[in-house]
Amino acid sequence: MNSYQRVLGGLFLAVIGSFFADISVGPVAIEWANIWAAMVDNKASLDALILFDIRLPRAFLAMLVGATLGISGAALQGLLRNPLAESGVIGVSNCAALGAVLVFYFGMTQWSWFVLPLAGLVGALVSVVMIFLLAGRSGSTVTLILAGIAINTLAGALMAMALNFAPNPYAMQEIVFWLLGSVANRSMNEVLITVPFITVGWVLILSCGRFLNALTLGEETTKSLGFNVRRLRWRLVIGVVACVGAAVSVSGNIGFIGLVIPHLLRPWVRHDPQRLLAVSALGGAVLLLLSDVAVQLLSSGGELKLGVITSLVGGPFFLYLILKNRNVWS
Amino acid sequence: MNSAPNASSLLLTGQQLTFRVEQGITLIRDVTVAINEGELIGLIGPNGAGKSTLLRLLSGIETPSDGCVSVTVSGSLKPVSTLAVRERAQKLSYLAQGAKAHWPIEVEQMIALGRLPFQKWWQPASDQDQEKVIRAMRLTETLSYRKRLVTSLSGGEQALVMMARVLAGEPEIIFADEPVSTLDPYHQLHVMELLREHARAEKSAVVVLHDLSLAARFCDRIYLMNEGELFCEGAPEKVLNQQNVAGVYGVDSQISLVGQSLSISPVARLRDHQQGR
Repeated sequence: MNSYQRVLGGLFLAVIGSFFADISVGPVAIEWANIWAAMVDNKASLDALILFDIRLPRAFLAMLVGATLGISGAALQGLLRNPLAESGVIGVSNCAALGAVLVFYFGMTQWSWFVLPLAGLVGALVSVVMIFLLAGRSGSTVTLILAGIAINTLAGALMAMALNFAPNPYAMQEIVFWLLGSVANRSMNEVLITVPFITVGWVLILSCGRFLNALTLGEETTKSLGFNVRRLRWRLVIGVVACVGAAVSVSGNIGFIGLVIPHLLRPWVRHDPQRLLAVSALGGAVLLLLSDVAVQLLSSGGELKLGVITSLVGGPFFLYLILKNRNVWS
Repeated sequence: MNSAPNASSLLLTGQQLTFRVEQGITLIRDVTVAINEGELIGLIGPNGAGKSTLLRLLSGIETPSDGCVSVTVSGSLKPVSTLAVRERAQKLSYLAQGAKAHWPIEVEQMIALGRLPFQKWWQPASDQDQEKVIRAMRLTETLSYRKRLVTSLSGGEQALVMMARVLAGEPEIIFADEPVSTLDPYHQLHVMELLREHARAEKSAVVVLHDLSLAARFCDRIYLMNEGELFCEGAPEKVLNQQNVAGVYGVDSQISLVGQSLSISPVARLRDHQQGR
């Protein structure tokens, strides 16, 4: 077993461990024996209800969203060869968030559970269509990113406008809380609607691994190594849009994971961009699951939002990483 | 060594290549090139003469506006554009000007990237790939720092790593764009020797150079470019005379025979010379 497989294996165990930690904590203690009894004897049980309807969806979402943010951060940093890249640079996170914000703004959340995630996905789709219209003909990555950042800023401005003209304080509060990012109070439906998009996104991103490795030599040399740079670049962008769009549309904007996780784990895979993908997915899942555990331990009423704690912990930690690794990026 | 090209040893041809960019600017006009087995070809000319563009056209990463680049595949010439990109990448390798690592990565992994055209995405590197990487590191004397990050190396060491990356792919033709311009004399000679050895092993290398003496010493044939056109072509002794150097570079030069080869040192600018672009 080589060191890469050990890292993968270790992180996989960490995902399972933090998953169980996440379903074990909560405002009320649950009795595992009761759940077992409920499953075996088909007996009605409050404990089982809490586990299956509240905690499992929450833990699944934390895992899927964390993995998505980790892998897409690693993918975009590799594509741009820039350690500051994350899903904001292609505009997808704000566009998906804008879609959801508009649902709150027009008070459409009561219609059905799927209006909110659907609006987020539509927002993500709009972002990729706009990037394609703005930068599709150009062969350069820089144009693509400039288009992405412009779209991200525009979507951010529209969200601010929605807050500005919010019809009532209740809608405003809903928007703000949703934007902070959370996986609390979600159902299995939200998990099921995101899984297909997230899976497609992951597969597209993972299939670009060798391309990301080649890009360490620059785009021109990548071309000479037999890669269709333009096509693979789009494949990667569409992969990120699919999984991040789905993640944001059910969880809001959860910051810093896409930025910090690839940085933290890069030395573990000897700076190999391809290997960093899977490792960052697992690492992102662990970090978000543990953050969700922390959120529940720190606040009994569910006031502290997940996105707040990831940024609160992520910011200073990122600073520490930068200071530690200054010489690598010289 | 400088015999006329004979059909059986022809590796690659560029027929009447023209390359235009937007706004009607022509970077290369009607250039014809033939590369034979065993030759080290020098591509020289002043800045802006179109050397790098020609190199990119020949290596297949850029497509000419007019004309055709053909490469010998199992005995017959085939247009490069009809090859699968993978097959092209296996035969023709390109070393970019000032090539550097865009991302901190370990030396050995960077050299292993030269094997990418031979790997399928689901396959990990084979033992054969590993052997070729080791061989390339041995040739370039980079074995001793194989576990270091490329970004922590000196310029000369990085250039050798890039060279090793190209050698690991064992291409038929190496296209190197100014591989020695930033190197000290020791590393310059090392890289040029590696390119010559590669050419001697029944393959070929095309190298853009600014150092005329180095071109004269190492190259079997030289293409002298000026303002996007081929000025003249032939053995170093034929191409590198005072008249050509004055006409193309606009400098007066002293040319002397040192040992077996020419030494060209520019001494003064010529007042009446107009730079083309």
